[in-house]
Amino acid sequence: MKRFVPLIVFMALVGLFGFGIWWNTWHDARYVPSPLINKPAPDFALPKLDAPEQTVTKASLLGKPYLLNVFGSWCVACAEEHPVLMSDGHQLGIALVGYDYKDAPDDARRWLRDRGNPYDLVIADQPGRTAIDFGVYGAPESFLVDAKGVIRYKHIGPLTSEVIAQELQPAIDAVKRETP
Amino acid sequence: MTARISRRSGFSRDSSPRRSRLKPLLHVTLLALLAFAGHAFAATGAIEPLPFKDHAQEVRFQNLTKQLRCMVCQNENLADSNADLARDLRLEVFQLMQQGKSDDQIKQYLVDRYSDFVLYKPPLKPGTWLLWFGPLAILLAGGAVVVVAIRRRNRDDGAIDDDKPADGRRAGNEPADTGDDW
Repeated sequence: MKRFVPLIVFMALVGLFGFGIWWNTWHDARYVPSPLINKPAPDFALPKLDAPEQTVTKASLLGKPYLLNVFGSWCVACAEEHPVLMSDGHQLGIALVGYDYKDAPDDARRWLRDRGNPYDLVIADQPGRTAIDFGVYGAPESFLVDAKGVIRYKHIGPLTSEVIAQELQPAIDAVKRETP
Repeated sequence: MTARISRRSGFSRDSSPRRSRLKPLLHVTLLALLAFAGHAFAATGAIEPLPFKDHAQEVRFQNLTKQLRCMVCQNENLADSNADLARDLRLEVFQLMQQGKSDDQIKQYLVDRYSDFVLYKPPLKPGTWLLWFGPLAILLAGGAVVVVAIRRRNRDDGAIDDDKPADGRRAGNEPADTGDDW
């Protein structure tokens, strides 16, 4: 029995390193879970992209759930995500609010004009100050906010049809069941 | 290189009057180069001077931003990173400092938004016990294994010596088999 001890130790190390390799291929190191899940969304007051003189606040959006989608015309992954929002965005069953992040308004308007606008409403955060309160660190990011203004789900990175089917839509359905 | 040094030293030895005339010229050239370098730095935007109250506050700021992680380029700290978000967060940290917030309050402010991951040094809490004490536990376990193994080996050696006192081969190998060479 004693002669097998080195072999057992060796196999344990193989198992440990194998787990390390498996874990690193499977999980995305850039994905950091947000501490804001199930917490009230931060208060904000941001101008509309199309009508900068009008301000949209967190309070003005209360009462109905919505998906806040952080994008920017400078953001490559957002261009990748955009066709998915165009095709699937209106089937989500809730309002889609665009959050134009650190972008020149003219660029954002042109970007939406050229590619199509999947959003019901677009707000602009050119300085990026409010995005810090939301813990945004890489566009695109999507926040599901319920009728009470609580963040219920967050996706970091481009939304794909699979992510929508497997994660976002069930979360939306759960939120919608609470709000008749 | 050596050729250049010897030529230069020869030059300075031989013609000291010319050296005194050249020296101011050298200074002017160096100054001009420095000015140019400063200009180049400003153009890249790598340095953004923040209006610190005093040197102590600047040191505190540098110290604090070195302990915070840039979320965009995850292996860089906030002080070194040139990412857009890092710049915004440096400004945020600076403004919180101006409001009189303590280092812990500023860290908490960022943790509330970006999770513990912004801290290079993870906080001590039940979820991080394994991280903090795991290496110590492994070290102690390894030490225990070593102690047990050495004791057992010493005992075994003693038993062999007792069993085979007249073994000539063993006597010859004695120095290499004391049990502490593993």
